[in-house]
Amino acid sequence: MRYLHVDLEKCDGGRHCQRECEVACAKTLYRTEDVAYSAIRLLPVAGQHDTLAINVCNQCGVCVAVCPTEALKQNKLGVVLLDKKACVACYMCAGFCPTLSMRTVAGLHEPVKCIVCGACVKACPTGALQVVDKPAPEPLIPAGR
Amino acid sequence: MAEDYTKRTEYTHDVDRLKAAHVVLKEVPFTPSLPVLGYNNRTLHIDLTTLTVTEKPVTQRMKDIFIGGRGFGLWYLWQAVTPATKWNDPENDIVISPGPLAGNTQYPGSGKSLVVTLSPQTGIPIDSNVGGYFGPLMKFSGFDALEIQGKASEDVIIVIDGQKGAIRIETAPLEPSDSHVAAEIFTAEYAESEADRRNVSIVSAGSAAEHSLIGCLNFSWYDVRRKATRLKQAGRGGIGTVFRDKKIKALVCRGPQVRGDMNHPADMARITKVGVKLHKEIHDYDDQQCHMRRQGTAHLIEIMDAYDLLPVHNFQFGKHPDTEKIASWIWDARFTQGIPDGCWYGCSLACAKGADGHVVRTGPYKGHIVTVDGPEYETAAGCAANCGIFDPDWLLEANFYCDTYGICTITFGTLTAFIMECYQRGILNKERTGGLEMTWGNAEAQMELLHQMARGEGFGAIAGQGVHRMKQIFAERGWGDPQLLHDIGMELKGLEYSQYMSKESLAQQGGYALTNKGPQHDEAWLIFMDMVNKQIPTFEDKAEALYYFPLFRTWFGLNGLCKLPWNDIEPADNAQTDEPAKVPDHVYNYCELFSGITGREISKEDIITMSEKVYNFQRVFNIRMGKGLRQHDIPPYRSVGPVTREEYESRAERYDTQLREEIGVNPEGLSVEEKIAITRRYREERYQKLVDAVYKRRGWTPDGVPPVSKLQELGIDFPELVEVVRAHGG
Repeated sequence: MRYLHVDLEKCDGGRHCQRECEVACAKTLYRTEDVAYSAIRLLPVAGQHDTLAINVCNQCGVCVAVCPTEALKQNKLGVVLLDKKACVACYMCAGFCPTLSMRTVAGLHEPVKCIVCGACVKACPTGALQVVDKPAPEPLIPAGR
Repeated sequence: MAEDYTKRTEYTHDVDRLKAAHVVLKEVPFTPSLPVLGYNNRTLHIDLTTLTVTEKPVTQRMKDIFIGGRGFGLWYLWQAVTPATKWNDPENDIVISPGPLAGNTQYPGSGKSLVVTLSPQTGIPIDSNVGGYFGPLMKFSGFDALEIQGKASEDVIIVIDGQKGAIRIETAPLEPSDSHVAAEIFTAEYAESEADRRNVSIVSAGSAAEHSLIGCLNFSWYDVRRKATRLKQAGRGGIGTVFRDKKIKALVCRGPQVRGDMNHPADMARITKVGVKLHKEIHDYDDQQCHMRRQGTAHLIEIMDAYDLLPVHNFQFGKHPDTEKIASWIWDARFTQGIPDGCWYGCSLACAKGADGHVVRTGPYKGHIVTVDGPEYETAAGCAANCGIFDPDWLLEANFYCDTYGICTITFGTLTAFIMECYQRGILNKERTGGLEMTWGNAEAQMELLHQMARGEGFGAIAGQGVHRMKQIFAERGWGDPQLLHDIGMELKGLEYSQYMSKESLAQQGGYALTNKGPQHDEAWLIFMDMVNKQIPTFEDKAEALYYFPLFRTWFGLNGLCKLPWNDIEPADNAQTDEPAKVPDHVYNYCELFSGITGREISKEDIITMSEKVYNFQRVFNIRMGKGLRQHDIPPYRSVGPVTREEYESRAERYDTQLREEIGVNPEGLSVEEKIAITRRYREERYQKLVDAVYKRRGWTPDGVPPVSKLQELGIDFPELVEVVRAHGG
C-alpha cells in the first residue's frame, strides 16, 4: 500500500523550518496558504505541548468502514480517496480516525485528508517525508485524544 | 454472522408490472425548498377523502410554542379532531414531522420523525419517535410536516417527489402491504437508479395492522452496504392501524441527494464541533460502556436480568436461568459487524443492528432469506423473556414477522405474555384459544397467534385488540376473575407496558403510569437512579425526577432527535460532574446544536421550558379526549407489587424485610396471602403519595389537571385549553 512515510528523526518539527509541508499541501489541495486546509499538520504531541510532530493519514482505512455513503474508498494503490459528491459531511471519519488525521475546516463541506500526492515531500527542507509502498502502514504518533 | 450479508430473497423482479397497474388519482406540482435555520415554514396537508393536496404555513407562533416534531403533530391533531372523534373517523390525522434539528448529519441520532395520531388503543394522542430517512428527506423536499386526513376508497400510495417537485396520490393495487416486501418494491419503483435508492424512503405498515388495533409503521432507509431496505418502527399505540384504515399502502418520499448543510444552519462550525466531539467519545468509550455499535440495545438483556428487571412470564419475575441463551453475546455473533448501521447519516452510535441470513421458519414467507432489523432490547424482553421463549432463532422469527406485518413488538410481547399467563392459570384453555396451546415457552403457538392476527382470524384477531379489550372480552365471557385480569393485564390508558420491571422502583411506577401517552419508558427511566443507586430517596426527590426527566426527554421529540446518544454514551468524566444522571456535557451539546442550527440561543433551562409547554398541552389534550385525570394514572398492581403467591415467594426475603422495616409488621406467622394484602395496601398508598408529590411539582391540581395559572405561565392559555381545564377544576 502507498502512504506517506514520516522520518521523525529528520523532521524539524517547525523549530527552524517554515512548516513548508503544511503550506504545500493546502496550496495543492485547496489553492490556499491557509494551513487549516492542509491534510498534513504539525501538531503538539500529547503531554508535550512545546513539541510539534507531524500528523498525517497513514491510509489505514478505518474511515472506509465507518463511512455511511461509501464516499471513502481505497484505490488500487491503497490510498484512501474521498468522493466529495457522495460525502454527506457527517464527519464520523474525523471522530473515528485512529490518528485524528481527518480534519474538518470551517466553511468546507468535506473533511480534508492526505491523498499521497507528494507535494509535501518536495517541499520539506529536511527530507523527512517520503512516498512509500509497503505491505502495511507504520504507526504514527497520534495527536492527544 | 451471515457469511454473505447481501444474500436475501429478492422481491423486485416484477416491479415494472406492479407499477404499471398504478392509476394516478391526483398530481399536484410544488416548488421544492430547503430549510433555512432548520425550518421550511411549510406543511403538506392531504385529504384522502376528497383527494385534495394543499400547503399550510408553519407560523412563528407554532415554532415558538410547539418547536416541531411531536409539538407540531399535537397542535395539528388538536385542530383536526373534536372530543367525540374516534380513531377511525375520517378527521383523525396522521402527522409526521421531523423537527428543526432533524436531518443534520453531524450529530449522532438526528434523523428522527415524530408521528402523532389518535390511538385506536387509547383514544388519546399517541406520539412515536422513529428513525429511517423519511422525515429528513421530506424536510429536504420542502415540508416541516405532513398531515394526512380522510380515507381513500381503495389502496393508495402518496408520493412526494422532492427532486421533480410533484405530489401524487396513486392507486397501488398489486403490491403487498407487508413491509419487508413493500419497502423493497416501492424503493425500486421510485428510485431512478441504484445510486438514487438512498434518496428514497418508504413508510408502510402490514397485513396485521389491517386486522388489529396494534399496528405500527415501518420507516425505511436504503442500506448501501447490504443493498437492502432497512426498517425502523413507529411502534406504539396503533398508528399502523390508522394508516391502513385510511387505506394507505405506503408513503414514498424521494428527496434530493443529502448534503451536510441542508438545514442552512446559523453556525455550521458550532454543530460540527459538538458532532465530532461525540463521534470521538463513541469511538473511545462505546467498547467500554454500552457496546451499542456491536449489539445495539440488546446489550441490556443480561444486565436487566442481573438486576432483577427483565420481565419474565408476564412481568411476574425479573430474571430467568435461560437468559444467557438470548444474551448480548449471542447477538454480537448474529449481527453483521463492521459496517455502518445508523438509521440516519452521521449516527456513529449505530444501534440499528441487522441479523442477516435468517431463514424464515413459518407463515407465508417460510423459506425466505431475510435481514431482521434487530432484535432490540424491548423486542427480546417482550417477545422472548416475557413469554418464556429463550431461543434466538424464534426471537428473530417473531421480530421479523412483527415488523413486516406492521405490529409493535413491545405490544405483541406484553399481550402474548398476558395470554400465556391466562392460559397457565386456566383462564384460557385450548378450546377458548381455538387450539393454540399458549403455554410458557411455546414459540410455535406464539407465531401462529401472530399469523392469525395477520389473517384477521381466530384467537389472533382477539389478541390483536390488545390487553385492555381482552380483559373486557374475557370478563364478559366469564373467563377468569375480573380483578385478577385487571391486576395482571399490563396496560394503562389502553396501552401495553414496555419491558422493564417496575415493582421494586416506586419512581419507575410513576415513570410508567404518569406518562402522557401510556406506559412507555421513553418519558422516564429512573430504575437505576431509584432502586440501584438510591439517588432519589424521598417523595420530593422522586417527584423532581418525574418533573425533570419527562420534560428533558420530550425535547428530543420536539426536535427530531434520538434519546440514545444522550446517555447511552457518556464522557469519561461524567461521574465526577454535579449531576451525572443528566449528563451535563451532552446537555451542553444539545444547546449548541439547537442554537447552531436555528440561530435561537438557548440555555439548559430553556430546554425544560420548551418541553413544558408541549407536555402540558398534551395533558390537556388527554383530558379533552376523556382520559387525563388522576384516575387514569393508576397502574395495574402487577407493576407495583406481587399479585400472586409465586411472585411473593420469588422475592420473599425482600418483601419480608420490607414488611418488618418499612411497614412495621412482623411477617412471622402470617400467611403469604396476608403478607401480599398488607404489602399491597402499603404500596398502593405509597403510590398515591407519589402522585400527590408529582402533581404538586408539575403544578397540577390534585386531580392531575394543569390549572389556568399554569397555562398562563407557559403561554398556552388559549381559550380552547382554558375551557377544558376549567371544566375539570383547573
